[in-house]
Amino acid sequence: MLQLKNISFGYNKKLGNLFNDFSLDLEPGNVYGLLGKNGAGKSTLIYLMTGLLTPQSGIATMDDVDVRRRLPKTLSDIYLVPEEFEMPHLTLRQYVNINAPFYPRFSSEDMQRYLEIFEMGGDMDVKLNALSMGQKKKVFMAFAFATNTRVLIMDEPTNGLDIPSKSQFRKLIGAGMTDEKMILISTHQVRDISDILDHVVIIDHSQVLLNASFADVMSKLAFRPQRVDDEPIFIQNSPLGTLVVTAAQPGEETKVDLEMLFNATLSNPAAINYLFTAKK
Amino acid sequence: MNFKDNKAIYLQIADRIGDQILSGALTPEGKVPSVRELAAEIEVNANTVARTYDYLQQNGVIYTKRGLGFFVSPEAKETIIRQRRDLLMQGEMDYFLGQLKAVGITPAELTQLYNNYLNN
Repeated sequence: MLQLKNISFGYNKKLGNLFNDFSLDLEPGNVYGLLGKNGAGKSTLIYLMTGLLTPQSGIATMDDVDVRRRLPKTLSDIYLVPEEFEMPHLTLRQYVNINAPFYPRFSSEDMQRYLEIFEMGGDMDVKLNALSMGQKKKVFMAFAFATNTRVLIMDEPTNGLDIPSKSQFRKLIGAGMTDEKMILISTHQVRDISDILDHVVIIDHSQVLLNASFADVMSKLAFRPQRVDDEPIFIQNSPLGTLVVTAAQPGEETKVDLEMLFNATLSNPAAINYLFTAKK
Repeated sequence: MNFKDNKAIYLQIADRIGDQILSGALTPEGKVPSVRELAAEIEVNANTVARTYDYLQQNGVIYTKRGLGFFVSPEAKETIIRQRRDLLMQGEMDYFLGQLKAVGITPAELTQLYNNYLNN
């Protein structure tokens, strides 16, 4: 659906390229978590995907159309929730009236439903710039989901949300996701979103270190206390003893710990790559 | 829903549905929430719930009516009890009996303890 093919991109020549020959395929029906360290290029990647930045070489396509052409049929099917944004001096009703026409599948009923999930239902005459940062984010996300674009990309969506809102956000994903949609969430707050993802993409140094479904991760890796005969890929000390990421035994199924998966992938990319590319 | 750390989430959700069937919150031939409903309610990915339903279907706990969704099997309660009995006998019971032996609790004492437990 959304494809990056052999993309190279850098912000300036002195610093060199952030991405070299970078490729990634994103398919509908999935909720992807995009993980990477600070400065790994997550936000840049998002801007390349949505046609906001131009790659120096390579191409980003949506349904085989170059996103950089910014055709209405492409832009009406992609919605981006950036990490930080300003809201105009308008009421919510005015905002919706101005912006909804760009999205043919926008649904007012959905918008109300999503606002209610965030406990912000009812008042369409609320002034947007009078809202707190967290409230603005919630309104923006309710609108984003209500556009029913097939591609929805969110940069650090849980930043600025209070504790109950994080739970509401997870409900929103559950309520707003369909088999036709593709949702990509870029974040550092892995604990906030781990359970709602079904794919994880880990990038570092201009490379995709891991692009796998949780089902795949669960069948290949185990996350558990260390045993004597283990050959762990990654070790983490915790108050409850030593935890490891290790190759799963046949039939062994443990809960995927996204934070440990991320640390394991960055510290031992070769072992992870071997496990995920080796034939069964 | 709060998940334990060690067990695959889809299996923890299966346990939860099993509990609901045993407690009567879900009744035989009753409708099970749709995959998306349950995913939104417990804040997990829909594919995880789909996997739970797949697993429960294979175990004969729920069944699907085409176009209508998932329903609790008539014999679901018995199936769950049988499966949990098997699991207990294979896993925790073995460990438990080992501990009893290690600290020297006699069969007579154990009978006494269990009788007391049942009477309370």
